[in-house]
Amino acid sequence: MPTQFPAFSRLLHWTMAAMILTMLCIGVAMVASLGSYYVLVSIHRPLGIAILILVVVRFVNRLLNPPPPFPATMSRAECRVATASEFLMYGLMFILPLVGWGMLSAARYPIVLFGSVHLPFILPHNVMLYSVLRMAHTFLAYLFFLTFIAHFGAILFHTLIVRDGILKRMAPWNIR
Amino acid sequence: MSDVVGTPAKAARQRLGTASTLVRLAFIGVALAAVAGTFAYLGGWLTPNALTPARFTDGFEEVYGVHPGFRRNHAKGVGVSGFFESNGNGVRLSKAAVFRPGRVPVLGRFSLGGGNPFAPDAVSTPRGLGLQFSLPDGELWRTAMLHLPVFPFRTPEAFYEQLFAFRPDPSTGQPDPAKVQAFLAHHPESAEVLKVIKSQPAPSGFGDATFHSLNAFRFINAANESTPVRWILTPAQPWKTTPSQDKDFLFDALIAQIHRRPLQWRLIVIIGQPGDPINDATIPWPAERQQVDVGTLTLDRVESDETSAATDLNFDPLVLPAGIAPSDDPLLSARSAVYSQSFTRRAGETKQPPAITPADVRKGG
Repeated sequence: MPTQFPAFSRLLHWTMAAMILTMLCIGVAMVASLGSYYVLVSIHRPLGIAILILVVVRFVNRLLNPPPPFPATMSRAECRVATASEFLMYGLMFILPLVGWGMLSAARYPIVLFGSVHLPFILPHNVMLYSVLRMAHTFLAYLFFLTFIAHFGAILFHTLIVRDGILKRMAPWNIR
Repeated sequence: MSDVVGTPAKAARQRLGTASTLVRLAFIGVALAAVAGTFAYLGGWLTPNALTPARFTDGFEEVYGVHPGFRRNHAKGVGVSGFFESNGNGVRLSKAAVFRPGRVPVLGRFSLGGGNPFAPDAVSTPRGLGLQFSLPDGELWRTAMLHLPVFPFRTPEAFYEQLFAFRPDPSTGQPDPAKVQAFLAHHPESAEVLKVIKSQPAPSGFGDATFHSLNAFRFINAANESTPVRWILTPAQPWKTTPSQDKDFLFDALIAQIHRRPLQWRLIVIIGQPGDPINDATIPWPAERQQVDVGTLTLDRVESDETSAATDLNFDPLVLPAGIAPSDDPLLSARSAVYSQSFTRRAGETKQPPAITPADVRKGG
């Protein structure tokens, strides 16, 4: 019985964890910033698109490489909540960049990746639509942050209090 | 959850004592609080007095009132459209496709500074021109220009302070001289610029106004060489607008002029030299700096804010194509941030009819 996620899954997890935390921090900082706004927005947009691409890879990988079982310390209900929260996070990784792309399209803000490379608009020019998506973007981002806090808290609890070695499943190094 | 059923038991894993459990729980609490605190700090919640785009926009709303659906600044305006015909002279300076010989469509908006969408026209009010150039590959270039030769405020903070310093006193209709004096004493660079602006004759209308980029930018050419630049639009028409008591006389004259014949401006790029400040919009560059005429802007159509596509655009000065880059001027990022905040607020509001209606435009000013 494998006790760890496959190496590629772990690579995706930690890479995306760093990207998403960076993204949430940039997002919340840029809307409150005057001097750094432009630099932060210029990172936020291409980084969001990178996350959108990676989450598709990650979802396919998840279907091809199922995760190892949860520790026996976890009840059936706990396992179900944990799995549901994982899929909630996959959903947010997918929907947040897509809402961002959509809202920028509806406002006719260019989505520049680098140089002159930019994405097409995926929605008609409609500022009311922009307004709704803009609010949804903020709401979903806060939801993602709360989900992250729950995820982080649960891992700490299992690691430090239950001490069931749950972190080893996702450890960046191979456990033998 | 008791200790481990079904996992290989390890001798080291004894039951945690109460004290140890509490310490570990406290550690978890601290770790989570640190993450949440960092997030809150980055979001500005722990620094409620810092100037943010939201507080900046609140300042406009406090001074001018909230006019739902309108821009928080440059609220009064009309949409225009036409094209830019490049002569190719800009190619050596910038790889932006807009400078290759040929024509690109342009959407724009003439406006008056200030957050009141129904303010009476006055020659003393700063006149704005926002433009969007649609490049052939789908890139966009937006610029928001003013008829003032230099910008009076060096930093976002100075701009915010002047909103309140120059706010008309409700009893007199004029700014409080004491507040103005205090502001200018604190910002001698603003006093200097305002002196220069007052010493020059103001253009009589929109059509005979020269519009300025205000901030410096950098042009990047195909060889990746960077050149500091500012740009201006110089009017081809000498038309004079006759001042009148009519509250929309500037816009009426503009509409009448465009109905008569298209209005044209030459786009002139001014080349900065080493030592010319590129991070300070209050300091003009020496008059003898090289000027490159890169093409002609033609505006042949005018529309009410009610119907113009320009109404729903944010003329964010940092929407730039490859080949044009921002300078270190702190105003640029702040303008981008505050314009965005203003745009987001008005996007969600029900629109009111503007001062210049489609009927005003049809009847020709």
